[in-house]
Order: sequence, then C-alpha cells, then structure tokens
Amino acid sequence: MKRRDFLHYAGMGLGAGLLAQLPLIGKAIPVDTPWYTIDTAKKKELADVALNAARSKGATYTDVRIGRYLNQFIITREEKVENVINTESYGIGIRVLANGCWGFASTDQMDKDSIARTAALAVSIAKENSRLITTPVELAPQKGYGEVSWKAPIEKNAFDVPLKEKADLLLSVSDAALKGGANYVGSFLFLVNEQKYFASSDGSYIDQDVHRIWPTFTVTKIDAATGKFVTRDALSAPRGMGYEYLMPRESDKIRGVTTLYRDRYDMLEDARQAATQATEKLKAKSVEPGKYDLILDPSHLWLTIHESVGHPTELDRVLGYEANFAGTSFLTLDKWESKKFQFGSPLVNIVADKTQPGSLGAVGYDDEGVATQKWDLIKDGVLVNYQAIRDQAHIIGLKQSQGCCYSQSWSDVQFQRMPNVSLQPGTAKLTPAEMIKNVEKGIFIVGNGSFSIDQQRYNFQFGGQLYYEIKNGEIVGMLNDVAYQSNTQEFWNSCKAIADQRDYRLGGSYFDGKGQPEQVSAVSHGSATARFNGVNVINTARKI
Amino acid sequence: MPILNQQEAQALLKKVLAYSKADECEVIIFASNSGNLRYARNAVSTSGANNTGSLIVSAAFGKRLGTATINEYDDASLEKVVRRAEELARLAPENPEYVPFLGPQQYEKPSASFNDKTAAVDPKFRADIVEKSLSITKKNNLVAAGYLENNQGFASMMNSKGLFAYNSSTGISFSITLRTEDGLGSGYASKAYNDVTRLDVDKLTSSAARKAAGSKNAKAIEPGKYTVILEPAAAIVLIENLVNNLDARSAEEGRSFLSKGGGKTKLGEKLMDEAVTIYSDPWHPEMPTSFYNQDGRPQEKITWVDKGAIKNMYYSRYWAQKNKVKAIPGPDAFIMTGGTATLDELIKSTEKGILVTRLWYIRSVDPQTLLYTGLTRDGTFYIENGEIKYPVKNLRFNESPVIMLNNVEALGIPERTVSGESNGNAMIPPMKLRDFTFTSLSDAI
Repeated sequence: MKRRDFLHYAGMGLGAGLLAQLPLIGKAIPVDTPWYTIDTAKKKELADVALNAARSKGATYTDVRIGRYLNQFIITREEKVENVINTESYGIGIRVLANGCWGFASTDQMDKDSIARTAALAVSIAKENSRLITTPVELAPQKGYGEVSWKAPIEKNAFDVPLKEKADLLLSVSDAALKGGANYVGSFLFLVNEQKYFASSDGSYIDQDVHRIWPTFTVTKIDAATGKFVTRDALSAPRGMGYEYLMPRESDKIRGVTTLYRDRYDMLEDARQAATQATEKLKAKSVEPGKYDLILDPSHLWLTIHESVGHPTELDRVLGYEANFAGTSFLTLDKWESKKFQFGSPLVNIVADKTQPGSLGAVGYDDEGVATQKWDLIKDGVLVNYQAIRDQAHIIGLKQSQGCCYSQSWSDVQFQRMPNVSLQPGTAKLTPAEMIKNVEKGIFIVGNGSFSIDQQRYNFQFGGQLYYEIKNGEIVGMLNDVAYQSNTQEFWNSCKAIADQRDYRLGGSYFDGKGQPEQVSAVSHGSATARFNGVNVINTARKI
Repeated sequence: MPILNQQEAQALLKKVLAYSKADECEVIIFASNSGNLRYARNAVSTSGANNTGSLIVSAAFGKRLGTATINEYDDASLEKVVRRAEELARLAPENPEYVPFLGPQQYEKPSASFNDKTAAVDPKFRADIVEKSLSITKKNNLVAAGYLENNQGFASMMNSKGLFAYNSSTGISFSITLRTEDGLGSGYASKAYNDVTRLDVDKLTSSAARKAAGSKNAKAIEPGKYTVILEPAAAIVLIENLVNNLDARSAEEGRSFLSKGGGKTKLGEKLMDEAVTIYSDPWHPEMPTSFYNQDGRPQEKITWVDKGAIKNMYYSRYWAQKNKVKAIPGPDAFIMTGGTATLDELIKSTEKGILVTRLWYIRSVDPQTLLYTGLTRDGTFYIENGEIKYPVKNLRFNESPVIMLNNVEALGIPERTVSGESNGNAMIPPMKLRDFTFTSLSDAI
C-alpha cells in the first residue's frame, strides 16, 4: 500500500498502539456484496484483449493479472468503535517480455481500449529498457493449465458474518481488558479477500479466491505514580482462514504459564490474561544481562525464522536483486554448492511450503501461473535449497519454478516472495514443560516484539511480549527489558531441542515488506517450541 | 483514474456528494501516474508504470461513522460506494468521540509541490538516466543496484459542510547501492525532489562509488560508546521517529516518551541540546508539501522542538476539542535546523570517532524512552585526528533520538534527505554526537 493511502486510513482512527504495527495493504469493500465476483468469462475476455495486444506489439511472453481485492477493517479503542472501513480495488496488471527484457504496466481503467493501451505501454517499456540488459531473461518452462480454479478451504467467510457480531466481539475484548485492570486497549480485525485471475500466453487461465483474517489487540497498563507504562499485544496469528479462527475450541488451547492457541483463537480469554499479565509485567524485575538458554514459543519463534531463515534463502537476495533496499544474503551460492554448509544443528529441518492449509501463503498457483509445492531449505542443519521463480530457476539448476512469485495487487509487478518457511517439529516425544525442566538458567519467551536484522542476515536482535525467568528447571517469575542478540548461524547451531508435533503452531506476518516500490506479502511460519543454548541477552532499560 | 485538475475533481466530488442521504458525508479522491526503473547486477530487472487511485467516502448518521472506498468511477459505482458507507455507518455503534466534519477552511496559497518537468518524465528519460549511472558504475568496476521512480498525482476532498481542497504534486526519487565485485565493499546514495531538474545522478553515483571502494577490508572495533558523525541519510531514520511520536493524546494518556507520572506531560521541557530546533513548513522552497492534511485542516508553519524544548504536540480533532486547544495536525515533512559546517569540516574537527553514512532496520525497543535499535550499513569509517583512517565493520546500535540529541557536539548544513526506512522527507544536517551506543558487531557488508 502506498504511504499516502496508509495515512488516510491511519487518520481514520486506528488506535495509537496499533499504528506502529499496521502498514496497511491494498486500497480500501462493500459490506453487502462480498459474494459479488466478476464473472470468469468476462475476465477471460479482458485478459485475451491484453494477451493479443501485447503479442501484436512484439511481446514474446505475456501474463495478465486481473484482481479484485476486498478488505474490511474494524477498529475499536476502549468502549468505542472508531471506524468500520470496507475497501474494494479492481484493475489489471500486464507483464511482458520483449527484446528479452521485462516490461510491466497496470491500470484501473477496465475498458478494452485502455487495456490494449496498457499492454502496449508495457511492451514499450520493455523495449526501451532492453538496452539496459546484459543477458536476456530466461524463463523456466511452464505448461499451460487451461481453465482451472482454486479456493481457500475456509469454513466460514468472515465477510458474511454480520458487522455487529464482529464489532461486538472487539468491544467485549475491550471490556474484558479494562475490567481486568488495563488502562487502555485498542483492537483490530482485518479481513482480506483476494479474487485473483491469471492468464498467460502459455495457455493458463487461473481463477483463485484467497481469504485471510487477523484479529489483534494491544493492552496498555500504566503505573500512575511513576509514569511507567507497558503493553501486551495479542497472542493471535494472522491466518489464511475464515471466521472459524475466531470460534474458540478447547482442544486448540495449550494451558501453561500463559494460555496459547493453535488453529482457533479465543480473543476474549486472551484479552483477560493480557490485562493480568500487563499488570505483572509492570512490576517484573529488570533482566540481568548475560548468556541464557532460551525457550522460544512458536508465537515468538516465527519472526526469528522469518528474518533469519526466510529472507536469507530468497534467491533474489542471494543474487543481488535486493541489494539497494532489503539487502543481500550471507547464504551465498558457494555455501549451497558445497552441500555441507552447517546452517544449524542437525536437529534443524526447515521447509518452504505454499500448500499448507490455513497458512497465509497457501494458494493453488503462484502469480506467474505455477502450481504450488513444498520443498526442503535446511535438511539436518545443512543448506540444501533456495526460493526461486521462473526467471531464476536455471541459476540453481532447476527445470521448473518453485512457485513462489507474488504481487500485493493487480497494480504492482509480481516478483519472488517468501513462501511459508517453517521449522519442522522434533521427532522424539518432547513437550515444552519437559524441555523447561532441563534448563538451569534460562528465559521462556512468548509473543513477538521488537525485531531488527542486518542486510545480509547475520546479526539480529529480538524482543517478545512475555519473558519468564527459568531457574533450575522452574519458571520463577516474569522479567522485563529483555532482548537477545545473536548471529544467525551461531543461533541455529545452538538449537538443542525441539518439541514434537503436538506443539506445532503457525505464526506469521500480514505485512512482510520487500522490493522497490515496496510491496507487502502475507506469510506464515510454523514451529514447535525450541531451545537455544547460551544466547546473549541485553538489558534495554534506559533513562531519558 | 486520470489525473484530474481542480475543476474536474470538484465536479466529480459534487456528483458523489449528491448521492448522500447521510447526516454528513465527506469524500476524498486521489490518483497517481507513476513509472519506475529498477536495476541490479548492472542490468534492468523489474520496471513498469502504474495508474492507480481511490475514492474514499465517509458517511455519518449522528455519531455513527462508516467508510467505504472504490476505484471505479461510473455513476452506478459512485452511488454504490456512498450507499455502502451509509450502510456501514447505520450498522456501526455510536462513537462518543465522533467529531463532525470541518466546514469551509481558509487555506494559504498552495505550495510549489507540482512541477511540469517532473510530470513529463517518460520511459525513455528513465532509461537514459540509468544508462548514465551505469556507465559510471562500470568504469569503476562496481556492481550497481538502484531504483528510479517518478510520479505525478492529485488529492482532493469535499464534504457536505462546504469544505473543498485540492492539491497536486510531483516527485522523483533515486537511490543506488554500489558494491565491489568481490562483495567486500558497499556504498549508498539517495535523493528525492519535487523538481526533476534538481536530481544529479552522476554526483550520487560517484558518491556511492567512493564509499563502496573505501569500505573494503573493514576492521572490527569493540562495540561501545563512540563519538559519531551521522550523515543526513543516517540521522533521518532516528529523528523521524522523534517527530512521529509527538502525539498529544498518547502523551497525556501516559503512554509516550513525553508522559510524566500523574497524567502530566513534558510539553515545554528542555529534553535535548539547545542546538536542536525542528519545525515544519509546507512552503519550504526545498521541500514543498500539501497545504492541508487528510481531514481538511490547514497545514501551517509549526515549531515542534525549540532550542531543545518540546514546543508543540499534534492533536486529533477530538482530543483538541476535549482539551480546548488548537487542533494542530501532524506534519507531512520536517526541517531540523543546523549550522554552517560542511561534512568535511565536521570530520576535520574530530579527534576520534566513527562516520556513519546509513542506518538500517530501525525498530522500536522501548517507547517509554524512545529506544530504537538498528545497524550501520553501506560504508562506516573510523576517524582519527580529523581524517578518515579506515573502514570499520558494521555495528548494531541501541539508542534513543532523545539521548542522542542531548549529546550534540556540532551540526552541519541541512539538506533535503529521504528516509531509507519510511520514504519520508526532511531537511537534516549532518551531525556530530558523543556517546552513541553500539552494542554488537555485524559481519554484514
């Protein structure tokens, strides 16, 4: 989303605590017509206009994406509904190859003349820029699928749930947090429906219906006397699911020092415990800096996986295509070619997966018409693969793309984006509680907080929402001012235990940023609770 | 959506408002035409052109508010989006904080935010500029990744209370990262302007080339507290986070770095060195911005930090009304005043210190102290006895802009700077600061 669009929505009443975490995507949907979709025959007709126009201007390959993107935001602050916003965006993006060079143009003017003109503009850009290529683009072969479709396997379309029900849920969340002693609470429900149509000169016409949901909140607790304040964010995850994610189920709860959630989220319960925990956090002791064994819950570990495994295994970063913005990668091709680069301990197995049901990255086909798949990135601790799309596959000796091309909208060009990247659970039976019993001096971290990593993904620093001190196998209380700093390879080699499949959960990001102009994408990261030995913890308390 | 002139925008907005049956209705429209050329490994990669826009309709019945947007502009779509905003408003609970839309406003003259030459930039122009930059890169045996983007756009708003505003703008931005062929050195340069004729791609490419070549074989130094010279591209990413946290409500509610115990704030208190003054001015000749904000309030010239003291905070209309103060909107860009020294003169005056040319991946660690973390990137150098001695490896910092601006040794000449984190604009001086806190080393180049 463009910054200006964000500021418009930001000005429409997002709660102060939420602003920091919400670079919104897309433009703004109609409350009464989520079921209204553009007829696929109409989309095929418009796509063929673009395909034919591009071919007639000299394109040797063309793909066309016709998108209708619907969002709904509901924003509450304490006992108030600040705004309800429906957004709808419809348009076409046309990508071509001409003279061996990419060209792209998009428009929201959907008459056939405008579409043909936009196709011609894409070709003219490709031809103009072709003097700036060193080698022609080489596309991995891709068969046309003909007319196919894919739908996210949701149980209950969140757009169909009455607005009042959704607003009432957020207001109940506020009520629960305030009754629990919170001073402030801002809640947010963000629904996405991407209706995507892809057509290419390879002969594919692919219609897809993608759904995402993200309920979240921030609770603030203030000590009036000292002026000290703390926050506690929701332990929810954004998911590729329908409203069923917000229908609690006891079998999806993990009870412990705090309650955690698998595939169903109890927002009300989490708000209650957030208020109690914020009060506790306010009085928690400040951490003694030093080396600790960290027990990282999946609600926290997903972001460390995202930053330190997901990004450095993106082939475009490895090759230098992101050097001017997101950066490059320490996982250079020679490390992959050696087949023995020990990325992590032998326990560490990490997979890329665009097919996992309920995840943010799941689709049937990517945005260049390739059927999605699952593959290993790190096998027994060793780097074995990257994430590649059609114009990169040949570089790592692949005969076909890995199907991880994505664009945030019809208006932006598609490029390589991270699939779901997940740490596989341990094969030996182990629960987080059993893991903690063996820790002499450690910290159990829940929820994602502050995060920062360098442009080659070596040095990182992460915070969380809740920090529990572990002494001699027992959780003895809460800590504050905790952040850990490490080096990616050292950190993953210090991984000494991973809980089993029963503890596996998904976390994720709605707004992973990359590219110029910057685009966001939504991606999930699964893991079970894992142990990392001897990690450097700093104290972040300051005085101003 | 085509780029509408004022009369066309006014006519369209009137038509949309005519469909309204709500107590109050406000309509915003914006659109842009933009083009970009992205390149890496000394060759063009993904590039293109976009024509996008959106119509935003907010409808209110009493204190119930609903908003809907659309990007189709035929009569049926226009009526549809108005009906949807109204339906959402009817379904929404009452918001006790609802403030009625503004009536007609007296605006100052528009700023010079639109430039005809920038609006005329086409694919050939972009390819020509990048070709020139690539020739310098290749001559220096370096590898370039860069991005050039131009845009022209407009935004306009009208409401049922009689408010109307229209502004048009253009922009061009260029950024480049040059790396040595062995990957052991890296340099960066970036600039953004409203006026394309200000953009000097040769100068920027040459500057990045010098940093790339000079940053090879960097030495490790111990993390700790150091005197630093921050180039404007490094300083902006911390100082923008100071300006973005001047919200009055957060401060008065007790959840900001400006909060004090007992519901009080630090407004009026001197928190930084007296050399620090920060203001905003939509008519600044180097950095013109819109003369109105997104809810229609006029943007004025406002001092935010005056000689180190917090002079003003910004307000939502609700919070200002509740507190019976003027509803000052937050700025679109800001200006930090400086001194007369050049960057070279700042370096010459430094006995021991570190020159930081870019900071990256800036994230909040503690909002109470405005503590941020991030890393140096693309050229970090050790200074001894007034000279750059050798490049140093990148470092992670944990520092607050409030603490950092308390430790000012000297400020240089402000220049227009674009943030590599937010793409926001500011006039920022190079600055020499003592006791900047680095907490660990990074192997990244």
